[in-house]
Amino acid sequence: MAKDEVNQSRRRFLIAATSVLGGIGAAFTSVPFASSWWPSARAKAADAPVEADIGKLEPGQQMTIEWRGKPVWIIRRSDEMLQALARNEERLRDPESIVDQQPSYAKNLYRSIKPEILVLIGVCTHLGCSPKYRPDIGGLGKDWPGGFYCPCHGSTFDMSGRVFKGVPAPLNMEVPPYHFVKNDVIVIGVDNVTQG
Amino acid sequence: MKGLSNWISLRFPFQRIWRTHISEYYTPKNFNIWYFFGSLALFVLVNQIITGIWLTMYYTPTVAGAFDSIEYIMRDVNYGWLLRYLHSTGASAFFLVVYLHMFRSLLYGSYKSPREVVWILGMLLYTALMAEAFFGYLLPWGQMSFWGAQVITSLFGAVPFVGKSLMLFLRGDFNVADATLHRFFSLHVIAVPLFLCLLVWMHIIALHEVGSNNPDGLDINKLKDESGKPVDGIPFHPYYTVKNIWGLVVFLIVFLGIVFFFPTMGGYFLEHANFLPANPLSTPDHIAPVWYLTPFYSILRAVPDKLMGVCAMAGSIAILYALPWLDRSPVRSIRYRGIFSKIALSIFVISFVGLGYLGTINVTPLRQYLAQLFCVLYFAFFLLMPFYTRFEKTKPVPTRVT
Repeated sequence: MAKDEVNQSRRRFLIAATSVLGGIGAAFTSVPFASSWWPSARAKAADAPVEADIGKLEPGQQMTIEWRGKPVWIIRRSDEMLQALARNEERLRDPESIVDQQPSYAKNLYRSIKPEILVLIGVCTHLGCSPKYRPDIGGLGKDWPGGFYCPCHGSTFDMSGRVFKGVPAPLNMEVPPYHFVKNDVIVIGVDNVTQG
Repeated sequence: MKGLSNWISLRFPFQRIWRTHISEYYTPKNFNIWYFFGSLALFVLVNQIITGIWLTMYYTPTVAGAFDSIEYIMRDVNYGWLLRYLHSTGASAFFLVVYLHMFRSLLYGSYKSPREVVWILGMLLYTALMAEAFFGYLLPWGQMSFWGAQVITSLFGAVPFVGKSLMLFLRGDFNVADATLHRFFSLHVIAVPLFLCLLVWMHIIALHEVGSNNPDGLDINKLKDESGKPVDGIPFHPYYTVKNIWGLVVFLIVFLGIVFFFPTMGGYFLEHANFLPANPLSTPDHIAPVWYLTPFYSILRAVPDKLMGVCAMAGSIAILYALPWLDRSPVRSIRYRGIFSKIALSIFVISFVGLGYLGTINVTPLRQYLAQLFCVLYFAFFLLMPFYTRFEKTKPVPTRVT
């Protein structure tokens, strides 16, 4: 009755081979479906640099512009604000800006190209809310040196966007790539090759 | 008529399905008020599907049109306000009913062997329901919609190494934008509801395979009469169909009262900030999720570390899946359990409600401390369960239902 016997090992091999090949096919089939979730060509094209005129910005004043759909803040810091920056350092998580949250030309105490002009992506590094500008010294408790306060989960940042210790946000706020085309005109979203 | 019915039955087993699941599905005769919520959840699901189909007819899933189309539904579409309030109040009612349904299982040990799969399918339903609610909440494109989606998609940014790419992938743009709104709409109206319906079907099939639990935690199939029917069981139809319709009427009195007179529930069902169109440049001063997600939001907030906070929140839901294996008690129902189980369940309820309340209000140092305490108690309920359920003294279980 040899011809009626089932060849088990051949059957197992065929089942395994079919499953593996079918699985590979299914994996490849899923690529277009998953890939369509990445930003579309249109979204990428909208990712263009934006220009802002900061000529009318007074010391201490904040302006917000939109880049990649996110708020970007430009703040002209006063001399007092700049002098206060060095005093906060032991209360900060990353006072030296070691974590890569800024272009190389902004890796300094002021986290900016020109000390007085601060450019930040106005998004909290915790869960993406937009913090409030709170330059009022003592406004959030008597040792508040002025900075940014996130209303969602209470994270605080100093006047350079550096995160304080003991808050949920893990990183300093991000500095976008930017450069000055004229003294009072700033372009957000692209480095100047000579600066980079 | 009988001829036609027999002709169909030979080709499609509708008579057998009716008998197995309705007219000859034997149910314990001692169900109390806690046993209304399963059928109510099914009713609310049907309400969400029907009102959802109609809302889809008038809603526009684009950044430019979404908020205006909601106002169009509220002001211009005939009875549009009713369709929307039935849907938005239905969402809150769904969670209320499901929480009570789940609490019933905790109370009477309904997740214990042989109902582990019923529990797991129920937990999958609950998880899918949270996803469904989250996707739906973005659609009105109000301030809370936008910033809620911003926060929840940012949670994935806490994943080590691939977090930022994962966020970009989920949003489909550099921020929560048109692409995000479109895909959330698609997931909300097609993908998740299909999955929910499939899970509901499996949940019921699994339940009918092992039979319903009851407030005494007894197995009614152990004691059968000479015709093979459980002596403590009654057919689901007509007994419980009629009883559940009565429960439904009581539910509808409350539900429609809210729909007609308190549709925003003072900001708990529809949050105030969501009556403003989304503004990606400005976060509202106070943001909180809708009430049914606040316990988990509180757990996220209580941990002062981004990645650990996200892990604690995910863990607080994941641990519920393990419940059937954490409970080592020899009895099911709280009626015959010892004092430790009763205390533990009370503490758990207080912690869950406490976390939920704290999640709706701003953080202060004292509240933060309280949230951390509740968070520890929440996890202690589960992690200590193998010990307190095994070593406590239980009462003898009767042989017949009481």
